[in-house]
Amino acid sequence: MKTVNELNEIARKVRVDALRGIHAANSGHPGGSFSVTDILVALYFNVMNIDPENPKMDERDKLILSKGHACPALYGTLAERGYFDPEELLTFRKLGSRLQGHPNMELCPGVEMSTGSLGQGFSVAVGMAIANKIDKKPGYVYAITGDGELQEGIIWEAAMSAAKWKLDNFIAVVDSNNLQIDGWVSDVMPVMPIDKKFEAFGWKAINADGHDMQSLLDAFEEAKNTKGQPIVIIAATHKGHGVSFMEDVAGWHGKAPNDEQFVQALKELGCTDEEIEKYTGGDR
Amino acid sequence: MADAKKIATREAYGQFLVEYGAEREDLIVMNADLSGSNKTDGFEKAYPERFIEVGIAEQDMLAEAAGIAHSGHVVAASSFAMFAVGRGYEMIRNTIAHTNANVKVCATHGGLTVGEDGATHQPFEDIALMRGIPGMTVINPADAVSSKALLRQIFEMDGPAYARFGRSGVPAIYDESEADLIELGKGFTLRGGNDATIIATGIMVSKALEAADILKQEKINCRVIDIHTIKPIDSDLIKKAAYETDYIVTAEEHSVIGGLGSAVAEICAKRMPYDCIAMIGIQDTFGESGKPDELLEKYEMTTQDIVNAVKRLRSIDAPSAKR
Repeated sequence: MKTVNELNEIARKVRVDALRGIHAANSGHPGGSFSVTDILVALYFNVMNIDPENPKMDERDKLILSKGHACPALYGTLAERGYFDPEELLTFRKLGSRLQGHPNMELCPGVEMSTGSLGQGFSVAVGMAIANKIDKKPGYVYAITGDGELQEGIIWEAAMSAAKWKLDNFIAVVDSNNLQIDGWVSDVMPVMPIDKKFEAFGWKAINADGHDMQSLLDAFEEAKNTKGQPIVIIAATHKGHGVSFMEDVAGWHGKAPNDEQFVQALKELGCTDEEIEKYTGGDR
Repeated sequence: MADAKKIATREAYGQFLVEYGAEREDLIVMNADLSGSNKTDGFEKAYPERFIEVGIAEQDMLAEAAGIAHSGHVVAASSFAMFAVGRGYEMIRNTIAHTNANVKVCATHGGLTVGEDGATHQPFEDIALMRGIPGMTVINPADAVSSKALLRQIFEMDGPAYARFGRSGVPAIYDESEADLIELGKGFTLRGGNDATIIATGIMVSKALEAADILKQEKINCRVIDIHTIKPIDSDLIKKAAYETDYIVTAEEHSVIGGLGSAVAEICAKRMPYDCIAMIGIQDTFGESGKPDELLEKYEMTTQDIVNAVKRLRSIDAPSAKR
């Protein structure tokens, strides 16, 4: 178990790893990666029953990143957790890399499901939770979606299914940054109120601050104590969190920083001059 | 041809599930509100704890199927061909096939003989869509015996498959004793003959045999081949028929665009009467991350690849060169 301060420091490193990968690739999705980072770090370091030495452990908890485009944050988290060397992030999106532009379960250790086409990972995760019920396995299944992703119809088909099966081993997290490619979610196609919608579908809904580790840990604790129904944690987040010029700007959904922006972002993420020198020297 | 009793291939599918469910405890059957029609109701009755009803939600059924399969099960996901493939295409492509999930998409009510329900329920494009997906096995059996024989083979195999069955009764093509001879990926030559070949699939196989009978009376001896496996297709058998019989007629309950006719034409056009066509493009595989130019090079889609293809074809002795 890590302290809140330790988790925050890990999340900072994950953001740096993710940004280095995106900068080296000169493509990728920083906005959604930075909004989901704290959620991933809380899960992989304090909440989930996993073993990087034994990624296929039978009774493990599973996480499906349904918003697969945010994989730089997932790769950074897996790397910091020990699944592979963080330097491998520099191969992100390059020909022959295990770290594909969207997560590939057959290539990358720790990735439970190949995702990228929105909505489907959530439904796959429901299937995994059903299988755990049928097979009487103890593992929890976690699925992270974006709030824009809730516009996909399959989400609500799967939401009905999870309630029918009373999947109290299924914990969904909505990374609710209120931004999607074309603008504010509330303008493009409103999905609020998310909690009321899921409650109407038979779920337990918990609201949390997605950038406050204690709030996230408390929400996961409450989720695990819920019996007889699936749980959704609506984590209020900001796209691009941690880098001032990316924060709450839709334009940072899917583009890489230029060299100048990269240095500025590394500074804001607390990198030392030595680190910045190292990261800007070898990457390009 | 065996006796004239007609059985729909969907009935054979239902019977197979019940029989196979007794052998394999890891078999899960999923259904989207059509259990009476797609004949999964027998399995539901026999093994209710392994039957999953998702309601009218094909997309969710297919993605959940992948999740269940990746948790260590083999899954039969059942609906009508129109909805399983039409609505579910992208789930099958990205979530089942791309992850090599052990899901068999078993679709009944394929083709025109859905009948009275009309155009919205008659899929003519499902085989084209499924055979375009890398790694997908596609079967379209002609009768009950071949349905059960092929179902067993796709369920014993690890990975995704698409199986298409019909609504209406069809005559038996094979005797029970022939079941062991029906092999996934191998066409079955039902009649010998060298005047022409009729290559058929699904319900059209019985009609091909009837047509061969009529033509025989006119002293035209037709070869008749059942292509029950659309992918991987038996290209050797088709090539041989094309060389030996000069003429080929294909027969399928599916659009001629992208189905059996196209598959046969691809084989013949590329290789008959000599290698006269090369096809530049994605050669039946998934993509990956990389820079656009790197990817075009890796997948042999550059200008030089086109040049090489022209040169390669020109190096082959064409009949006109011999004249």
